[in-house]
This record gives sequence, structure tokens and C-alpha cells, in this order.
Amino acid sequence: MSDEIDTSKPAGLSRRGFLKGLGAGSVATGLLSPAGLKEALAREGGVVGPGEVPVTLKINGQNRKLSVEPRVTLLDALRNRLDLTGCKKVCDRGTCGACTVLVDRHPVYSCSMLAVEAEGHEITSIEGLGTPERMNEVQKAFVHHDAQQCGFCTPGFVVACSAFVRKHPNATLEQVRAGLGGNLCRCGTYAGMMLAVVDAAKKGGA
Amino acid sequence: MAKVDWPAADKRTLIGKRIDRIDGPLKATGAAKYSYDINRPGMLWARAVTSPYAHAEVTSIDTRAAEALPGVKGVWRDTEKEVRYAGEIVAAVAAETEEIAQEAATRIRVQYKPLPHQVVDDDPKFFDAAKDKLNKREEGNVDDAFAKADKVVEGEYGIPVIAHCCLESHGQVTEMRDGELHVWPSTQNVSRYSDQLGGAVGVDQNKIHVECQYMGGGFGSKFNSDKWGTIGALLSKQTGRPVKLLLERDIELMTAGNRPSAYARIKVGAQKDGTLTAVEADIWGTGGNGGYNPPPVPYVFKVPNTRLTAKGIRTNRGGQRAWRAPSHPQGCFLTMSALADTAAALKMDELEFFLKNVSLTDRAEVYTEELKIAADLIDYKRKAHPRGDPTPGPVKRGLGMSIHTWGGMGHPSECDVTISPDGSVEARLGSQDLGTGTRTVIDIVVAETLGLPLHAVKVQIGKSDYPASGGSGGSTTVGGVSASSRLAATAALNALFETIASKLDTAADNLEAVRGEIRQSDKPENKMSWKEACALLGVNAITKRGSNNPGESQKMHLMDGGVGGAQIADVSVDIETGIVTINEMVAAQDCGLVIDLKTAESQVYGALIMGITYALFEEAVYDVKTGRMLNADMEFYRLAGIKDVGNLKVHMMTGKGYDERGVVGLGEPPVISPGAAIANAVANALGVRVPQLPLTPDRVIAVLQKGGNLA
Repeated sequence: MSDEIDTSKPAGLSRRGFLKGLGAGSVATGLLSPAGLKEALAREGGVVGPGEVPVTLKINGQNRKLSVEPRVTLLDALRNRLDLTGCKKVCDRGTCGACTVLVDRHPVYSCSMLAVEAEGHEITSIEGLGTPERMNEVQKAFVHHDAQQCGFCTPGFVVACSAFVRKHPNATLEQVRAGLGGNLCRCGTYAGMMLAVVDAAKKGGA
Repeated sequence: MAKVDWPAADKRTLIGKRIDRIDGPLKATGAAKYSYDINRPGMLWARAVTSPYAHAEVTSIDTRAAEALPGVKGVWRDTEKEVRYAGEIVAAVAAETEEIAQEAATRIRVQYKPLPHQVVDDDPKFFDAAKDKLNKREEGNVDDAFAKADKVVEGEYGIPVIAHCCLESHGQVTEMRDGELHVWPSTQNVSRYSDQLGGAVGVDQNKIHVECQYMGGGFGSKFNSDKWGTIGALLSKQTGRPVKLLLERDIELMTAGNRPSAYARIKVGAQKDGTLTAVEADIWGTGGNGGYNPPPVPYVFKVPNTRLTAKGIRTNRGGQRAWRAPSHPQGCFLTMSALADTAAALKMDELEFFLKNVSLTDRAEVYTEELKIAADLIDYKRKAHPRGDPTPGPVKRGLGMSIHTWGGMGHPSECDVTISPDGSVEARLGSQDLGTGTRTVIDIVVAETLGLPLHAVKVQIGKSDYPASGGSGGSTTVGGVSASSRLAATAALNALFETIASKLDTAADNLEAVRGEIRQSDKPENKMSWKEACALLGVNAITKRGSNNPGESQKMHLMDGGVGGAQIADVSVDIETGIVTINEMVAAQDCGLVIDLKTAESQVYGALIMGITYALFEEAVYDVKTGRMLNADMEFYRLAGIKDVGNLKVHMMTGKGYDERGVVGLGEPPVISPGAAIANAVANALGVRVPQLPLTPDRVIAVLQKGGNLA
């Protein structure tokens, strides 16, 4: 608890007030922050931004220091600042899932989380799940079952599916249909994807 | 001597097998760099400003407040005064970060003088007869045929404007460097992308370099550099910095892709036995603010007596773009709906009715075979019932079908194949892989030709600096690149044979390349390994060009055009909620010689899913009063999710009668029928026709209320 901002005290700086103060119109993601942010808040007399603030993000096991404005989403921090372009910007409004990353092993739409909110959490992007030479079981199954065409939705799906199979090691087709509704594909790769996810789940998932 | 003809079935080691796409691992791991992913050193981010008015005159554009924002490096203002639809780009700004660009865009003040607008596309009274020509076509003696028909059936049907909704939006990264323009666009036309760009920004074609290794969907909407291509290049020239400009989702949906709508009153005449004798259709619809190409009605079936009138309604909406199989899904939906209604009126089984009339098509045997295969796959005999599911309870089930056609003849394409002295092989062509498997197809063809494994060939595509290859439209790519890469690889192999023949004490004519060896055809023990053979080249690599001339390649049976396909849908409709559920859908599809069965099947599965999406969910909804698109986002412009697609089965027609035609394109045909098949299945389930796509719950309920069939 010591690292977290106490949101219970109305007189203090609430998370809501903090976001409001930024004027960033951000979406609450339910994940709380962070040591560096707290320091920044203390240093700036309770206000960060609109200028850049230092943030340390733990991504794929590595600490990455960067300086971002508080309004920068995790998605844009990954893509624009760290050149981790596997997560894609498609709807930018929490609908399509193309930007999915794992935050503390849970799938999260990175377009709907601020980079400063992600401090103090373990972030895994698609780049952290496997490489072309060493793919995880979900990635192998996606290739084998041709669960991708243009491939633009694929990284988001692979991240979501990797979390899904960890949670459902004996996933049935019905569970796949119900559990992967948070991502969208335009080329129509769901047929191969259903087979891929069931297959990957059998092989021990991610 | 290696021949260019495709190898016989028993000689194929790769062609026609089920092969993983070669770039699959790069895509599945996020390593594939799409145009949107290109980050250049010193790059600026650009944002566009669009008109909120559907029709207006721009009286002023004030960019001072935007330019005053720290980090803003460049602005662009349109000199065009008239905006013709809401969402049209009027200005843009480039800044150090995406966030600054976004904020700066809101600070650009544009003054408009609103003008009258018109966005209604489903009412023929908005056709402007003074401005636009009525499209008319008539064959045979229509009035006489209707007078003599045993049955005349009339109906109204409609299919709305839908968007392409490519997941990677339109746009590009542009960089002016040393007087040369480098562009990384999201395009389906690498070799000819810059045709209009050079003139627009004042750079000669020979100084424009286009690269697109991976692109996130085009579906017919990404052939040209477009307005945003020009803006990006001008901002890059102005600032001396690379500029990334990819459209935001709302702009993408409003401006970067519209499939024309089609509404129709159709009258069908038939004999008692089901034989079609006459069709009359009055069609209207919009192609946006431009012209209108009426869909083909009647579709596939060449009914002897036909009369067609079509009215293109101009609307203040984004312009039309080719959408997978342009005009065919509309023509197919209108025709097949009317035909299924005719079969029902005659109290004929739909399958029997379609089979009865396939003699009116160009490929009766193919359709007969495909319809029977599709019927078997979906267990038609057991499931079929006359119109109106008599089963008690709120959930009604039904079957419906449709057939379709497409050309798919390969486009002109040039390919260079290089065999190096170390034995490595490279194929280069200015083509692109939209996710259809083009890279994999080229690899298979070159490797098969040279008797090598897939990994021995490096496939280089996606650059305009490579030999020119056509744009990926109209299902022309697979035929085009298969032919050019086959021709190039064969020529390179024959040059290698010439070099080494004397070492094997035989003539080049007697040699063949098989399983990594070059050997004498009639004396296989006289051989050398591929590597040994290539080493004999000394320092000189062999490079040969293959040029696909479509007419000649067709004569050689390398490729061909013209395919057929049949699809049947099995749906359930809940008459209390109006929700349509896809239980199962099957497709039988012909495409000549299949190069990679796995990616070919994926094209058909994908087409079924895209078809389910436009049948059940997709529609660009416009507000009549403001002229704005109401669902320009992905929450309300719905795409099917994984739970919406049911069980899908695909049967590719291969083997005798199909293989010997050569390669035929596949991207378009299977996406044509789903709307019609699903709508017919819903009619079969309910006993009444839901006349307009998408088949949303409100439309189903409205029809049931009107017909008194509501539970």
C-alpha cells in the first residue's frame, strides 16, 4: 500500500482529481499507480503536467525510463517512444483490442490506460511473448492454423489468447467464443483462430 | 530443359499442398513492420482537420493559434473552397509528438458557410434527372415474357453503403531526403502508388521510392496516394522532417472507403417448372458525391428477357471506393433474394430451383457440382423445409443459398529471379502481400520450379524499386505473380542448365532440377547437387526476368479467368428478439490451380466472415439533418466478433477440370454470396422476407409486425 496514492481522503489528491487536472479525458482502467508519479506529484506541489514527467515502465522484464506528458497513453508510449510497435492503434477507444498488452498478467487495452498509470506494474507486450525464432504455443498455433491474414489484429489477439489459455488450460470452442469477444478482426480469421486457441490450450498455452 | 507449364499433379512437391504462410511468425510475434509502425529519426506526427458540415464553403482557415503551440512544425491548408461531405480534410498540422499534433489540430479555426446537403440514398425521388442520366438496358421481349409467365413475383430489396474499415487506417510516413521522396504507405499498389503523387508535390517519378512490406487491410480502398499522401509529402517538404500521417478512425470511416448502396424493385417471371423467363429491375443507390455503377441484375443467371433501369443518387457522403468484388455483392443480393422469393412462390425447393436454372449460367457444370457439394456439407436433405419453419417456439431455423462468379485473370507482372554462385536464390517484384499469402505463393512457385525447399528462396516484394507488378485488385495478384515468377525462375534455371550441361556430359535440354539436385532426366544417376551446380557459375550470378503478359500466359494455361462458387447458410432467428444467429455456413469454390491450399482456404473462410459481417451488422448510418455519419467509430460501426460466425466449412474445387486451367484469383468471389445466402436463410426460417441488409433485430421485428408473424 505504501506505493499507492490514498484515494480515500477527499482533501488529498484523488486519482479522479489528478486525471481531471490533466484534462486528458482518460478512461479509468482500475489499476493504480506508482512511485515515480508520487514523487513527481510531491515535487510539483500536487500537479503534474502539462509538461513531461519522468516515468519508469517495466516492460518485458526490463525497466525503461522515459519522459512523457501525463496525457500520453500506454499505447502511444510503447509505439511512439519505445518503438514497440507490435501493439496496434486501430479504434483508439477501447473497442477492438488491437492494442492489448498484459499488465500484471491481465489483458488490458493499452489505448485506455495512461503511461503514467502503468508505472509500478509488470507490462508484457507482444514482443515479450516470443520471437519469430522462439514462438510461444499460441503463436505457433496461429501460424499452423493460419489464424491471420493481414495480421494487423494478430498481436492483440495473440496477447489476449495467451492470457486466455493460461486461465483456461482445457478451453472448449464454446469458451473460446465467449472469452475472446474483446478483440476484432476484419479479414475474417476467426475460423483458424478457434482451432489455434484450443490447440494451444492443449499444449500448455503460453 | 525446364518447361514453363505447371508440373503435373504427381510431380508437384509444394504446389497445391497445405503450406504455412512464410511471414506467419513475423506477424504472430509483432515483428512485422506495417507502414503505421515505421518510426523514422526526427519524425513528426501529423493530424488532419475535417469539415463538420456535409456541404459548405470554406471562407477562412486560421492556423495561427496552432502554430503558436510549442512543438508545432508545419501546417497545411486546403486551397479547395468547397467541402462536399462531413469528414473531408481541410487542413493538417505536423508536430513533435502525436499529442501536440492532436491539440494543435483543435486550435485550427476554420470558418464555413454552410450549403444545402443531401445524404439520403434509399429514396429514388432524390435522383436528379436534370443532372444525371438514367441508366437503361433491355434485352429480349420483356412485356411479352411477363404476359406469358406462369408466375410473376415482385419484391423490394436493399443493401446499404458500408465502409472498408481497414484495421490499419489509410496513410503513410513520408520523408524528403536529398531531393528524393521516400514513402511508406499502407497500400495495395506498391508499383503504381505514386502515379498521382509526383505531379501533386512536384517530384519526378524516378525520385519517388515507395515501400510497403506489411499492410493492415485494403479490400479495394488503397490503390492511390490520396489527399493525405499529398499532405504528408508537402508537410515533409515544408519541415524537412519525416512525417507520419495515418487517419484517425472516424476520418477513416467517413472518407476512406464506401461501398455503393443498391435498392431495387424487382419483378421475376417464371414457368411452372421453375424456368426463369423474365426479370425487370428498377435500381437506385449512391456512390457518394460521384457517379454510380449499377450492380449487375440479373446476376449470374442470363435470363433471356430483362429490363433494367438504374438511378445514381448523388449524396454529400464520402466517395465510393472499390470494395472486394465491386458491384457483385449488391447484384448478387438483389438477384438471389428475388429468385428465392420466386422459388417460394412456386412452392419449389430452393436447391431444386437453382439447379433447374444453372443452364442459364456460363458454367452450368461447375455450379451443379458446387451446389451439390455445398448441400452435402450442410446436410441439406435433412434440414431443408419449405418457407416458414413450422417448429413451435420462438427460434426458427432456415437454409438459404446463393451462387456467384468473378473473373480473376492475373495482372501484368514482372519478376527478377537471381541464382547466385553460392546457391542462394532471390525473387524480386514490386508486388504486395495484403494478407492473402502473396509472399508464400511466390516462394512456392520459385522453389517448386528450381526443385528447392521453401527456405532456400528469399522473396523480396513491397518496393517500387523492384520490377513493376500490378496492384492487388480484382483477384488479379495470384495469377499475375505466379506466372511472372514461374517464367523468371524457369528462365534462370535454363541459364544454369546451359552453364553446367557440359560438366554432366549432356545437353541442357536433358536436365531437370529435383529435390536439390540437377540431374539428367533419362539418367537420374548422372547428377550434381544444387550447390555444386551454382558454384560453377564462378563470379557471375544469373538474373532473369519473367514478364507476365496475361493473354500469352492464358494461352499457355499458366493462368486463367472466370470462376464460380456456391454457398449455403443455416441460420436461426429468434422471433421474440429479432436476433439472427449463424449456425453454419458452407462454401464450395473454384479457382483453377491452387498454389497454397492453406492460404486459399483462408481466403474463403475470411470472405464468409466478412460476408456474415455485412449481412448482419454493417451499415454507414447518416443523420439526414446534419449530414453526418452517426457511427464513425468501431463501437457502432460493428464488425463480427468470434462468437458471431458459427461453424464454417470450405470446399476448394481442385483436381481434374480445375487444375489444368492454371491459376485464377480468389480474393473476390467468395465474399459475393454470403449476404444473399444468409438473407434467403432468414426468409426460409421466418416465412417472410426481411428485405434489407443488414438483418438487424429492428428490421426483423418490423417485418414480423407487418406480416403478423410476431411471436
